[in-house]
Amino acid sequence: MILSASGVSKSFGGLQAVRDASLDVEPGRIVSLIGPNGAGKTTLFALITGFHLPDAGTVTFDGADITGRAPEEIARLGMVRTFQIVQPFAGQTVRDNIAVGAHLHHAGRREALAKAEEVATRVGLGDRLDMDAASLTVAGRKRLEVAKALATEPKLILLDEVMAGLNPSEVRDVIPIIRAIRDSGITIVLIEHVMQAVMSLSEFTYVLNQGQIIASGSPEEVTRDPAVIEAYLGHGMAEQVAKGAADA
Amino acid sequence: MRNLAILVGLFVVLGALPVFIQSDVWLNSLIMILFVALLGQAWNILAGYGGQFSFGHAAFFGTGAYGVAVLQVQLGLSPWIGLVVGVAAAGLVAAFIGAVSFRYGLRGSYFALVTLAFAEVLRILSNSVPFTGAGVGILIPLEPGLAHLQFTSKAGYYWLIWAMALAAFLAAWWLNNSRFGARLMAVRDNEDAARALGVSAFRIKLGGIVLSGCFSGLAGVFYAQYYLYLDPGIAYGPAISVESLLVPIVGGIGTLFGPLLGAVTLHILSEITRDIFGDAPGISLAIYGAVLIVIVLFLPRGLAGLGRISARRLLSRRSA
Amino acid sequence: MPDIAILLPSVLNGITTGALYALVALGLTLIYGVLHIINFAHGSLLMLALYGVYFLAVGLGVGPYQALVLMPIAMFAVGYLLQRFVIGKASHARDENILLVTLGLSIVIENLAVYFFRSDTRIVDTPWSFEVVEFLGAFLPLPKVIAFFGALATAAALWVLMTRTELGRAIRAVAKERKGARLVGIDVEHVYAMSFGIGIGCLGIAACLLMPSYYVTPQVGHGFVLIAFTIVVLGGMGSFVGALIGGLIIGVVESLGGLFLGESLGQIGIFAIFILILLFRPTGLLGHKV
Repeated sequence: MILSASGVSKSFGGLQAVRDASLDVEPGRIVSLIGPNGAGKTTLFALITGFHLPDAGTVTFDGADITGRAPEEIARLGMVRTFQIVQPFAGQTVRDNIAVGAHLHHAGRREALAKAEEVATRVGLGDRLDMDAASLTVAGRKRLEVAKALATEPKLILLDEVMAGLNPSEVRDVIPIIRAIRDSGITIVLIEHVMQAVMSLSEFTYVLNQGQIIASGSPEEVTRDPAVIEAYLGHGMAEQVAKGAADA
Repeated sequence: MRNLAILVGLFVVLGALPVFIQSDVWLNSLIMILFVALLGQAWNILAGYGGQFSFGHAAFFGTGAYGVAVLQVQLGLSPWIGLVVGVAAAGLVAAFIGAVSFRYGLRGSYFALVTLAFAEVLRILSNSVPFTGAGVGILIPLEPGLAHLQFTSKAGYYWLIWAMALAAFLAAWWLNNSRFGARLMAVRDNEDAARALGVSAFRIKLGGIVLSGCFSGLAGVFYAQYYLYLDPGIAYGPAISVESLLVPIVGGIGTLFGPLLGAVTLHILSEITRDIFGDAPGISLAIYGAVLIVIVLFLPRGLAGLGRISARRLLSRRSA
Repeated sequence: MPDIAILLPSVLNGITTGALYALVALGLTLIYGVLHIINFAHGSLLMLALYGVYFLAVGLGVGPYQALVLMPIAMFAVGYLLQRFVIGKASHARDENILLVTLGLSIVIENLAVYFFRSDTRIVDTPWSFEVVEFLGAFLPLPKVIAFFGALATAAALWVLMTRTELGRAIRAVAKERKGARLVGIDVEHVYAMSFGIGIGCLGIAACLLMPSYYVTPQVGHGFVLIAFTIVVLGGMGSFVGALIGGLIIGVVESLGGLFLGESLGQIGIFAIFILILLFRPTGLLGHKV
């Protein structure tokens, strides 16, 4: 396992955001984390990458216990994340944005800029390198998020709703990019609502609801799981869906 | 690279000026412009590139000034040693203030106020402690000669401040072309995103404030050697802190040449003011205050921002 | 350890001074609590008000306490106009911009004062400037005792304003939730300007109560700015009771600091408190958690 979370819990004030969550990710896989809005998925990402301190549980990455370590340390160890609400370095060019990530392993300015160009091309931003990051379209900004993370030459990337806000053709364009990232040897964990992406990309899925993992398995198994159906559609819906399928 | 060429070219021209300008009045003006540009670039490093607005840069300036003064007057050491010690001491003060402020997550207006408070504390301390001369201040004996870091001609002082300003401007250029600078600006623009990419925000900000503080301290050393007199109000008072921030804001915060542009502009403004109002106290500072308000409200990118906007318009008209 | 006969008067004097500081800080608290602005120009506006009191006395023979009818209203107008037409314009951009605008204002006001009034110290003599009140063995200057009660009265009046009037409700609504307030039809810019105006109006009251026992020069505001900030921060960024208590604490700290460390070094205590509070408990002693 390249990444393991075990019994991770976090509450904010009186609200339990994540409760006893455990997941394991094998290297080289694309694993997805799905669940209804407010289930705690982004919080779990934040806990794994050091942006919040878990109240309980441990996180292990690449053999090392990283629970409670600072985000920058974890990034240096090879695990990076993107943000659901994109966080570009506004006012700087696309190239300069990506170069910040490249600098993790390239001290020289020229090398970092060259690496940034290479990564930009990989994600399809090669034609917009000198644009101001703030003036990119939503799709462009999402790709920039991925590019910044990629430039750090990570072992594992956590992608937080990279497809959100994209229209179907933009989604179709991004899927091969993500697959290519995995094919280059990087493990991917993605939070996604766009089911098309989840089904076609991920090999293993965890379902989070109200802070707890309620199901895990292949995307096909998981989407047929009554508990998962109830989580998304509401109480009693699993029966309805099953009846509907029987009648059809 | 183009910026470096312009920078070096500019400073070569500036360096050659004393060969052609013999008038002490003119040289004094030029010295003041470069001095203020140095102050401004120092502040710009922390605020423009680092995103942390300090209202108490006098804390670093005064430490550099007192450092070189005290070492000469109380300990009889060479001002060259005093220069190194003064700048190092300023850096240490910056490291302390930075460590404490950033460790506890102070930002924005709170950071500005805390730096002001620290400058005030230093002012009060230097006002009460004998080895800084307390309220009376320190007088450095007049002893022209390179060994005493004093000069018989204005030109000597000009080249001294010229060298110091060059160092500061080169440092700012370096910020635009280095990993440290890229990280500093990343932290300025989005601290969380920077940390997610492996940047230690605390360490970078600390580096920024120390670099900034050292250059402010350097300006303090110059001031001490040029005027040969210091007191707590001069060293740690609000005038220097305000001047440090006014210059880059007017010229263009976060830009390489902004502080120089601002220094020249404010100097011209003060000359014009003197022509109109004579030497009446208060009026030129009141105008500075008004300029600050106008720039912040209408030209937040300073005068350099004007240039960028019109350059863009010019370019787009060409391609149309 | 100096004995109680020296400590007690120092503490009591500190309390009366502290009440004056609190009065200055009350306005700043309102401004910070509602507009979330750190008003750098507070000290120079106080100085302006003090000059106002001076010229009313010297030019029109209106005593400082009689000026209480006029000055707060005049200062309210100044504050309203400043917020509406200058400071409010800076609120669209980053946090520090407003600070810079108020800094600019303080520089303009202070230096215009230097230009027009020169730097001589002016005072106003009233028949009771040198009267003292004896209390628990301490001799407290009468003007300061009057100021103490004036500060309490002002704080009470502010409390009534905020809790019992329509305007106060609007102010509290805007402070809590600006967009929501706008949606229910509150003219937010007007409320902001009213709040700022009231905050500066408090300086008008403070000036009238302060002038009999103090003096005015263009630089007089400096001493009050950081002290007022310290009180606001200590008392909790928006709590009037906090500002009152904070003021009293600061007054006592200054007095005792002066007693033990000498006048100038004693001021350090105040700044040390300021720095420590900002670092460790920025919501102040009584403020709500952010």
